[in-house]
Amino acid sequence: MSAPNVPGQPSPANPGDQPDPVRGVPAGAAPDADTMALRRPPAQSGAARPAGANPTDGPAPPPRSPAGDSAAVGRGAPAGGVAPGGRSPWHPAMLFTPARLRQLGALVLVGLLAAVVTGPTGNSDEPLQAAWDSIADPRIVLFLILAVALWVVLVLWAELRGVLTRLTAPVRAPVGAAYGRRGAPIVLNVVLLAIAIIAPQVVSTAAQQSMVTDIGIYALLALGLNVVVGYAGLLDLGYIAFFAIGAYTTAYFTSQSAMPWHAPFTLNPFFVFPIALVLAALAGVILGAPTLRLRGDYLAIVTLGFGEIIHLVANNADGITNGARGAFGVPHLSVHLLGLDYTWGIDPKPYYYLLLAIVVLVMIAFGRLERSRIGRAWAAIREDEVAAEATGVATLRLKLLAFAIGASVSGFAGVMFASKQFFNPQSFSLQASFFVVAVVIFGGMGSRLGVVVGAVVLQGLAFYLRDKVEPADRYIYFGAVIVIMMIFRPQGLVPSRRRRREIELSEAGIGSADSLGSAPAGGRP
Amino acid sequence: MGFLDQFWQLTIDGLMVGSLYAVIALGYTLVYGVLQLINFAHSEVFMLGSFGGLFVARALLPGDGSVPGGLESVGLVAIGLGAGAICGGLAALTLERVAYRPLRRRSAPRLAYLISAIGASLFAVNLAGKEFGRQNVDLPDLFHNGTVFKLFGADVSTQSLVIFAVAIAMLVGLDRLVAGTRLGQGIRAVAQDADTAVLMGVDVERIIIVTFIVGGLLAGAGGFLYAMTFNASYSMGFVPGVKAFTAAVLGGIGNVRGAMLGGLLLGLVESYGGYLFQASYKDVIAFLVLVAILMIRPSGLLGERLGRAA
Amino acid sequence: MSPGAGDDTGDLVVEARDLQLRFGGVTSLDGVSLRQRRGEILAVIGPNGAGKTSLFNCLTGAYRPQHGSVTFWPSSGRPAELVGRRPHAITRLGVARTFQNIRLFPALSALENVQIGTEVRQRYGAVSAILGLPHARRAERDGVRRAGELLDLVGLGHRTHELAASLPYGEQRRLEIARALGTGPGLLLLDEPAAGTNPAEKRDLAALITRISGTGVSVLLIEHDMTLVMSLATSVTVLNFGRVIAHGTPGEVQRNPAVIEAYLGVADTTGDAAPAGGVDAGTRKELR
Repeated sequence: MSAPNVPGQPSPANPGDQPDPVRGVPAGAAPDADTMALRRPPAQSGAARPAGANPTDGPAPPPRSPAGDSAAVGRGAPAGGVAPGGRSPWHPAMLFTPARLRQLGALVLVGLLAAVVTGPTGNSDEPLQAAWDSIADPRIVLFLILAVALWVVLVLWAELRGVLTRLTAPVRAPVGAAYGRRGAPIVLNVVLLAIAIIAPQVVSTAAQQSMVTDIGIYALLALGLNVVVGYAGLLDLGYIAFFAIGAYTTAYFTSQSAMPWHAPFTLNPFFVFPIALVLAALAGVILGAPTLRLRGDYLAIVTLGFGEIIHLVANNADGITNGARGAFGVPHLSVHLLGLDYTWGIDPKPYYYLLLAIVVLVMIAFGRLERSRIGRAWAAIREDEVAAEATGVATLRLKLLAFAIGASVSGFAGVMFASKQFFNPQSFSLQASFFVVAVVIFGGMGSRLGVVVGAVVLQGLAFYLRDKVEPADRYIYFGAVIVIMMIFRPQGLVPSRRRRREIELSEAGIGSADSLGSAPAGGRP
Repeated sequence: MGFLDQFWQLTIDGLMVGSLYAVIALGYTLVYGVLQLINFAHSEVFMLGSFGGLFVARALLPGDGSVPGGLESVGLVAIGLGAGAICGGLAALTLERVAYRPLRRRSAPRLAYLISAIGASLFAVNLAGKEFGRQNVDLPDLFHNGTVFKLFGADVSTQSLVIFAVAIAMLVGLDRLVAGTRLGQGIRAVAQDADTAVLMGVDVERIIIVTFIVGGLLAGAGGFLYAMTFNASYSMGFVPGVKAFTAAVLGGIGNVRGAMLGGLLLGLVESYGGYLFQASYKDVIAFLVLVAILMIRPSGLLGERLGRAA
Repeated sequence: MSPGAGDDTGDLVVEARDLQLRFGGVTSLDGVSLRQRRGEILAVIGPNGAGKTSLFNCLTGAYRPQHGSVTFWPSSGRPAELVGRRPHAITRLGVARTFQNIRLFPALSALENVQIGTEVRQRYGAVSAILGLPHARRAERDGVRRAGELLDLVGLGHRTHELAASLPYGEQRRLEIARALGTGPGLLLLDEPAAGTNPAEKRDLAALITRISGTGVSVLLIEHDMTLVMSLATSVTVLNFGRVIAHGTPGEVQRNPAVIEAYLGVADTTGDAAPAGGVDAGTRKELR
């Protein structure tokens, strides 16, 4: 909620005589100078709707969804004049208002940037040559056409939307009805699971490999980070460090030769799962306990530093971890029990199915957790930490719990990863941590299905780009994806309904949507 | 040689590096002051400024590999600093515009800013890697780097002197700016209470933009100094970034003088620590310092308020 | 901590002694002491800035006073010192509160809001929740049932599955009370529960507070509406400039010269001489 009532802040005069603390989206926010914000928040178009300004009014209902706010798309004055039905008197001169032209300019710049991103690779001897070559290339025409086309779509969005609505109406009604029926989500889940089961049978071995080590492992990692980011509303930027802990723990316990440092005995990798789980959770608690007392954003930077240290140690401690060469020869997973003998070998498919089973189990487990008192308490912490504490929620402990659960999933995934293949510290770089964040954000924080879909789509994109661009260049695209999602769709691709509501409400000034403290204050123009 | 023999040399080196941390830390502190936001992408502003200054200064060097001297050196350093500052300022401005402003417009939750900044950082680092290559880029000497004088038996090189002098000049300039000008008054007003500042007629939007630019100018110039001492690379921003952030927290984030003090102290601690322990774990020291402050005195040495600082 | 020091502490529910709270140079509470008997409805009144909410924040752990102590007698178990405990620990001891500017969990349903309260004393952990162990399921059912009862008690039985943010203002107030009751308090602190409600809602509220008090919960109330205070409270404590200037039954306080003077600075502009009405009108004016 709004800052005045945060405990510890001097407020000798009661700040809240207005019965509702809602800080309405500022009326008359400067409507110019913002060519990047293609979507205007709904509340701004009805700017004089500060929820709860009238004492008997109460907070306004949740803002309409962005998509439902056709008139607010684009910044130009003409957009406001378009009637909901799209039958307004429309004039070509409306295209050339300053706001529209700025929008066009921004899109052209984005087009140029896209040309540079996808253009040739440069070097430091001729630093601007590559950028210039990208822009001077005939391809630029394509990008400019795309930019202008996008602009036209945005300008005509109100009309286009009307047409689309009319065209899809006959299809949407029955689909909507079918989805609304009881049991429909179950059917959907069964279909998705069936696809996941059949998928490896129809793709190449390279793709199967990728489905295990990239999609499967990252889906698991994302499910764990989702507990931290999506449920507890915190940010962990060193998440991959726990993954590394899991992997190195596996090497330590299962092999006498993988690393110079090893246990005096060897264990079956399956026994390492619980050990890694506990160790990673412990590391999480040790790291989180002192930091979580402070502002939430400090956790982000401390975890960032921790991630880098683990990477640094893994890379440099030749006598312990084998340094940059990595750990060779960690045995594959195997079962020898009651006459059952099975080893997960070179073939990626058995690993895939094992991972799929684990991912599904983790999804079910976290679904239960989310619907339990613990999940509700996390929601309370996200939405109003002060009120949660006053309602008896041990906020610190629950944040720590989320952090530890996230860490343990990461450690668990590390065991899986280590027993699948050779690994070296490169797998535990900072960028890997950022990538997991990207997966969670892109998929939809707080949404279990969302983060798995995020792993599939982003790793699918990475797999698709693998022969087309330098491996490291792929992170340009991931970075762009993160920024674009934050600007246009912070709730993610497959949003959690609750998280979406929280984001919308907090942007309208009601409650918050994370546990990092109130939204940056100076920001509201 | 023992630690005591090396003490003054380590002190001089530490102050030199520390003054660079302080310059970068100011960017974190200023933005934190007005937005209560850790600008995670600030390290990339530093990196881009570094490249900008390096490329411009290198282009102006005589092609024969000779080391310039006299006024020519002074001019080259000044132009490099200017170019670095401008590139840093532009990068910060773009960052604010693209990654932050759309979020501010709709008062997005804090988490969104952090994530957006990470995305921007990822984008900038790897785009720089793609455009400028992924190797270290060296800047040829802009002046003869000899020993200017001896201080308690330790060499003070031209380079350390230049870096220290420029950094201190920037720190003092910024301190004057925040403490003594109308712009600084606006910055302090927004830092103390943005809502009230609006009512008092402060153009918060403008203050935020200017704050980003000022932070970017400093980081860019600092980046050029860094490239002059070490080298530049696409991934150079991360480590100094974390250290500068540590410096800002050490001094009290949001506090301008705190950032300066924090930077110098961290430089010294790291210099001594790197000698006493293993040099390859030098980066760990800064992190340990960060965790230690957060545990012992999270508000930093001088407290957290920008408004109170100057 | 010296609980039970005096002979007459036997039926106390809370006692604050000599609380001092300063923010920098501003003294918010200057030696405030307060006693409340079990079952009593105690109202704390005073002009704006008198320190009422600061007092609440000290009692609930949101602020830590520089000096002084607060003893709370739970309905069962030993008396406990509240100063220095975290807010959630105080809530678990049995002191619940509402906020002056309603602080619900806006994207949770009415039921879930109250459930958060009813679940704070449950013990089942993450593993039991994931495995769906019987005791966790039972606890879950109990929490839902109890929350439903409380929603009925405050008259929100028909709003169970609606989002807290979508409720009208007066209902949000009552939902917040239900959430506080969910934690099973022995002492309920209400911070201006009638602020911004209309006369009909005020009557409902008064009835609700009486009902709550009837269930054995002691109520400590900050309120500006004197009519409400005078009709509800069994005793009244008056704060001004961070000090207690009067304490007694509503009648006694109304006649207290110091109280009249504290309010007169504002009240005399209305020209209304009747103490109760004058206080009321004056405070209302102040509220604007």
